[in-house]
Amino acid sequence: MQATANGGQLQRLVIVGNGMVGHHCVEQLVERGALARFEVRVFGEERQRAYDRVHLSEYFAGSDSEALAMCEADFYDRHGVHLHLGEGVLEIDRERCEVVTAEGRYGYDQLVLATGSYPFVPPVEGSSGTSRLVYRTLDDLDAIRAAASDSRRGVVVGGGLLGLEAANALKSLGLEAHVVEFAPRLMPVQLDSEGGAALKAQIEALGVGVHVSRATQSISTGSEYRYRMNFDGGEYLETDLIVFSAGIRAQDALGRACGLEIGARGGVAIDHDCRSSDPQIFAIGECASWNGSVFGLVAPGYSMARNLAALLLGETSTPFTGADMSTKLKLLGVDVGSIGDAHGATPGARSYRFIDEANAAYRRLVVDASGKHVLGAVLVGDNSYYDTLLQYCQNGIALPADPATLILPQGGGAPALGADALPDTATICSCHNVSKGAVCAAIDSGCSDLAAVKSCTKAASGCGGCAALLKQVFEHELTARGVTVDKSLCEHFGYTRQELYGLVRVEGIRTFNELLKRYGKGHVGCDICKPAVGSILASCWNQPIMDAALVPLQDTNDTFMANMQKNGTYSVVPRIPGGEITPDKLIVIGQVAKKYDLYTKITGGQRIDLFGAQLHELPLIWGELIAAGFETGHAYGKSTRTVKSCVGSTWCRYGVQDSVAMALRLEDRYKGLRSPHKLKFAVSGCTRECAEAQSKDIGVIATDKGWNLYVCGNGGMRPRHAELFATDLDDDSLIRMIDRVLMFYIRTADKLQRTSVWREGLEGGLDYLKAVILDDSLQLGSELEAQMQHVVDQYECEWANALNDPEKLKRFRTFVNDQRADPDVHFVREREQRRPVAALHLIPTVEEAV
Amino acid sequence: MNSSNVAVAQQPNWQTVCQRGDLVADSGVVVWLDGEQVALFYLPGQAQPLYAVANRDPRSGANIIGRGLIGSIGGELTVAAPLYKQHFSLRSGRCLEDPQQALRTWPVRLAGEAVEVAMR
Repeated sequence: MQATANGGQLQRLVIVGNGMVGHHCVEQLVERGALARFEVRVFGEERQRAYDRVHLSEYFAGSDSEALAMCEADFYDRHGVHLHLGEGVLEIDRERCEVVTAEGRYGYDQLVLATGSYPFVPPVEGSSGTSRLVYRTLDDLDAIRAAASDSRRGVVVGGGLLGLEAANALKSLGLEAHVVEFAPRLMPVQLDSEGGAALKAQIEALGVGVHVSRATQSISTGSEYRYRMNFDGGEYLETDLIVFSAGIRAQDALGRACGLEIGARGGVAIDHDCRSSDPQIFAIGECASWNGSVFGLVAPGYSMARNLAALLLGETSTPFTGADMSTKLKLLGVDVGSIGDAHGATPGARSYRFIDEANAAYRRLVVDASGKHVLGAVLVGDNSYYDTLLQYCQNGIALPADPATLILPQGGGAPALGADALPDTATICSCHNVSKGAVCAAIDSGCSDLAAVKSCTKAASGCGGCAALLKQVFEHELTARGVTVDKSLCEHFGYTRQELYGLVRVEGIRTFNELLKRYGKGHVGCDICKPAVGSILASCWNQPIMDAALVPLQDTNDTFMANMQKNGTYSVVPRIPGGEITPDKLIVIGQVAKKYDLYTKITGGQRIDLFGAQLHELPLIWGELIAAGFETGHAYGKSTRTVKSCVGSTWCRYGVQDSVAMALRLEDRYKGLRSPHKLKFAVSGCTRECAEAQSKDIGVIATDKGWNLYVCGNGGMRPRHAELFATDLDDDSLIRMIDRVLMFYIRTADKLQRTSVWREGLEGGLDYLKAVILDDSLQLGSELEAQMQHVVDQYECEWANALNDPEKLKRFRTFVNDQRADPDVHFVREREQRRPVAALHLIPTVEEAV
Repeated sequence: MNSSNVAVAQQPNWQTVCQRGDLVADSGVVVWLDGEQVALFYLPGQAQPLYAVANRDPRSGANIIGRGLIGSIGGELTVAAPLYKQHFSLRSGRCLEDPQQALRTWPVRLAGEAVEVAMR
């Protein structure tokens, strides 16, 4: 025994089992400071440390075992917990208070069993090898994957929760999946017959075969597939592999062998303190039997783990008194919910049912005899009702006069994307606190165009960041009111951005004036159409934006190739590809910043932003930066910004690919690409995702086989996770797919529309985008790639180009007739840097100004 | 005040501020004029090719109007302020979105290659 800091003896605590519950117990102990009083030793039979079994099927959908891990690799080490992986406990010696493994004997003062459960495989004649697979551990999954490699069809025996998860896994391995269930319906424990039928219909619609009321008698050699499953009554189903998922049994072998009391239906019998018949031994999770029941869900296991940790530390613990088995899941993408007494087994219980055969949705509400309280519920197809019903059930809230309203379809219940998903209370403009409801009210009171809505509600007149969202809401609401939405770009062009893009490309138009003359009205254009057309021209032809014909099109930031700040000065952002920079270049940035007294700040995109440059200083600053090898960072443009990256496999012990090299390749390819809105990229070298790629327009995450591509995410005002688009791509395929996605976006997006909003507005959604890009359904693939290659070939640093052209440099004069700097720009020093003085006299009245 | 005094007071005092070559077509530049900052917008080919308005944006207080984008809104030639994008009439200086805001304007003309602004 070791001594504690205060001279006492450390108690030896041994935990057998490193599954989700065993791990949760360790976490609870660590959190409560137990390591000061216990020497904790954990034994795990499997080689991997605790992982998330609930999401096991994600292992086949691109996650690796690390992604499923419940904690960082060094969690146990860091907290001084001894973790013995791949070292199963063989025996408990209760007399000597020791556990025995293949490696040795370890003494304990307290012993916790968290050995979980094992899959029940019914005795079926002829089942062995790939006709007798199970679905519980990562090793099981590897065995399934190996069997699937030369298989076309796979069958899961068992239509419960885990069986359907297993079917999902087979489906994601590319197999034709079938489910065989002994009971007359799927999920017999949680669902009633109508619910089971609705679930069956939905799952069949996803291409998974469902066979209920089938008992497998024997397995023989098949004629078209490897095996033939022979059912009661002479029917059969052929398949290449069979996974059994017909329920679990408590893993109580250690307890049985050492003579602990065992529950009637298996499991180490425990009291409400999780204590077994031996006061020094506890059991938690699926290996424990409380009141004759084994709980096959993770939540009750967690609450046992919490209670036990508190008890061991002498804190007040809540005795375990059973568990609510209510559950809410997405199985094969289908919502399934079950609350309380789902079957209406309580005497006097009555039910309300809602059946939508068209959409295979089903909801059942079970109420007590008085009709005042919810006893339980069944949901299939839409879990948006779950939370409310659970509140009613768990808190005994009195039902409304007509309880059926709780399960009837309601406008607010259905999840949807885009503007229609926002409730009326959602804030559209946070500057002026304008809700979606207020925008709708403005439309109803007669505002018929966006400008009218803006001036009526003030929405989008603050920082303007919500303009795109406001437009989306406005158009959606007009459409909902049966009004045709005029999608003209502005008063000068009766075309959408997409149509103008087509005209520019097809007709080979290279200037704004030519497009205006042929397809527009007037001679001048405006601040809507000029930057939009400028962006289209750049996306198509990629001429230097400082060329004379293009200059008047650019918004001020593009014109001066820097970002204007609130006092009219600019910030400068040199490109730092992938966030990788040499010390020498870092020093140059420091020297330049110091020389021009620029406020210096690190950006979120792994670059350095230098603030406070006056117009006439920009060419001087860029002259020094370019001489040191920097290029423009395009921070001012609706264009490629950064490719953020983690350090990747070159340094990181977890990295599986060289994420920095890939980030450099991407940034070098797409730098200068102009698009409807800014583009942000990131590359992560492993599934830990340190580069936060899933919040980017283009996110790339390394796998052990290549790269997973995520598209159309963003942070900002309305964050959206990027969606998994393609998996395990090699380097060149990754580039080709990104070429296609970006060019397709540039072609078809509206002006100032981020990829996320574009993606949400695509008819056919992600599947359509995948069809166009991955399956080349429009046969656009090579054209999109060629267009991107043209843009890439035309690239040159705009700042280098401008510095070589005296005509272009003429623009960088604060006053064309005077050398002085703007005398009204004032700074104060704060935290050893300068910042603008707060402006004092803003928005003078007309009288003052005239 | 009699009418002859008014006529004398309004006699324009034209002052050369820069050359035509300093202007940027379809865009703006700024000149320093006795302590005033004047933004000059040049639209070659238009009936009236030159406009002069104050460079100070009343909303932000920054001297940036000369760096705004020229446009036409409902037939009115405008400049959009670069920071908050409100539009000012090049002709009258009035703000289209907010009548409380306005820019001072100056008469401006080309005299040969010289650009002249009338001081008042």
